[in-house]
Amino acid sequence: MKKISKKLKSIRFFDITNLAIVTIIALVSVMPVIFIINNAFKPLSELFKYPPTFFVRNPTWQNFEEFFYATGETTVPFSRYLFNSIFVTVVTVFLVVAISCTAAYAFAKIDFPGRDRIFNIIVLSLMFTPSAVMITKYLIVDKVGLINNYLGHILPQLALPVGVFLLKQFMEQVPDSLSEAARLDGASEFTVFWKIVMPAVLPAVGTVMIISFQNVWNDVTTSQYYMLDDSMKTLPYYIQTLTSSTGTTVARQGASAAAGLLLFLPNFIIFAVMQKSMLKTMVTSGIK
Amino acid sequence: MTKNKKVKKVYNKKQIWMGYLFIAPFMISFLIFIILPCVSAAFLAFTQYDSINMPKFVGLKNFVYMLTNDMLLIKKVIPNTFLFAVIVGPVGYALQFLLAWLLNKLSERVQLLYVMAIYVPSIAGGVLISVVWSVFFSADRLGYLNNFLMKLGFIRNPIAWTQDGNYLMFVMIIVTLWGNMGVGFLSLFSGMQNVDAQIYEAGRIDGIRSPLTELVYLTIPSMKPQMLFSAIMAITGALNAGAVGVQLSGTNPTPDYGGQLIQNHIEDYAFSRLQLGYSTSLSFVLLLVVFGISQLCFRFLGSKEDES
Repeated sequence: MKKISKKLKSIRFFDITNLAIVTIIALVSVMPVIFIINNAFKPLSELFKYPPTFFVRNPTWQNFEEFFYATGETTVPFSRYLFNSIFVTVVTVFLVVAISCTAAYAFAKIDFPGRDRIFNIIVLSLMFTPSAVMITKYLIVDKVGLINNYLGHILPQLALPVGVFLLKQFMEQVPDSLSEAARLDGASEFTVFWKIVMPAVLPAVGTVMIISFQNVWNDVTTSQYYMLDDSMKTLPYYIQTLTSSTGTTVARQGASAAAGLLLFLPNFIIFAVMQKSMLKTMVTSGIK
Repeated sequence: MTKNKKVKKVYNKKQIWMGYLFIAPFMISFLIFIILPCVSAAFLAFTQYDSINMPKFVGLKNFVYMLTNDMLLIKKVIPNTFLFAVIVGPVGYALQFLLAWLLNKLSERVQLLYVMAIYVPSIAGGVLISVVWSVFFSADRLGYLNNFLMKLGFIRNPIAWTQDGNYLMFVMIIVTLWGNMGVGFLSLFSGMQNVDAQIYEAGRIDGIRSPLTELVYLTIPSMKPQMLFSAIMAITGALNAGAVGVQLSGTNPTPDYGGQLIQNHIEDYAFSRLQLGYSTSLSFVLLLVVFGISQLCFRFLGSKEDES
């Protein structure tokens, strides 16, 4: 008996310290997000208050108004940036998901020569970092004629190796017997893909959606390098000009906090809704 | 699995075409925007190119310049990049692993909430980084960190955290580690969740008692695939965070080159000095280094196909 109670005690001790450590880390982790929410609603008097306060006392929409009417360094209205961002994100995410799903399906369920070799190249390309070949990528975008073209936002971001990889791993969980049986029944390849495999891998589809949404929605590089015309640029780029033109001064702190919050919210909502499917997908994310 | 190479595999002709058709859209964009940039970087690295005149072949000149004449690279950029990569890469990875493990020990009711809290910073993105952290590390006494340290009496005068070359690197590392718990962390977490409960049962019978031995002998061996995936994600994550110094300080080059990483150096040479040949030779070397490190990860964590 004594032994058991001693063991219980040691378990409880571990659990409690663990909970304490994890709670502190979690708080530190979300602190900046809570901070930006508070700052976004602070009136000017609180933003410049000394000593600085963390929580807002008298919340106001003032910063959002200022942000909507501020025109940064250009004369392009805010709504244009917003439209560009939404348009580019919706089209890109849709296309990324579509082509990643078809490719992953082929790698997981269709037998064709060179399949494993090509897929190995894709696994290798997981470590590819776009920032390393920024220049040659720019030259290609230029040669193809995508400068100052909406397609310049979209096409360079379509290939998402990690998306194909995660989807393929997940699709392999779907038993081959299902697709084989359907094929014997005379179902076309597209029917097998759409009616049998896709419904079974929705969590992975959701995950690829989240990853690609975060890539595109937050991206500044396509606006910065491929778009010369200000009316073609997207929201994050605009917000960046707002914040960098003020440097470290507090002049537009409120407006940029409001802008940052607006940019962050869609990301957060999508993740919050889909987090369970994301965790399900990650189980099969291993590289063997 | 043993494959007998003499037996020729029989493919269904229709299936072959369908296979190529299904991968075609992805492969085309993959080839144009991922493979082609890498291949052309390998060519341009051996040229002199200013984006106006045709590239001129110069042999190894760029690489010789890199090793002998680019003092900025040798004295600032390489040490900075090395320090940044070592801390954000391996230390960040260890932190991810540790956190995933600690979270796995929590009761299921609160687990998801904690996972979410820790994952949230990684979806914040670069813009939020510059908005939040530039205020937090603001140079005047209104900056939160300055205010806090002055109140405690650690410093007398406010420190220009992001504008001072001596402190910028420190701030960059903190900010990057904060935003580091992304897809790789999720992979580790769910990989651990899925380790077969029977393995732990068997371990207990075999006399494994403490959580630590359990971790070393049971958990880690059963989740190597996820560890490999997240290691690759950690490497690319450390590299993609290259813009953070510029985002925080608002300038490229960063103040006193204190936060200048190889990516900023490449960008500086390409877009400010228009020496595209030299700057691609830098990217080419960077690609090779990343490739080498990834190969090491595969060696350590990948399963050897010949053995199974």
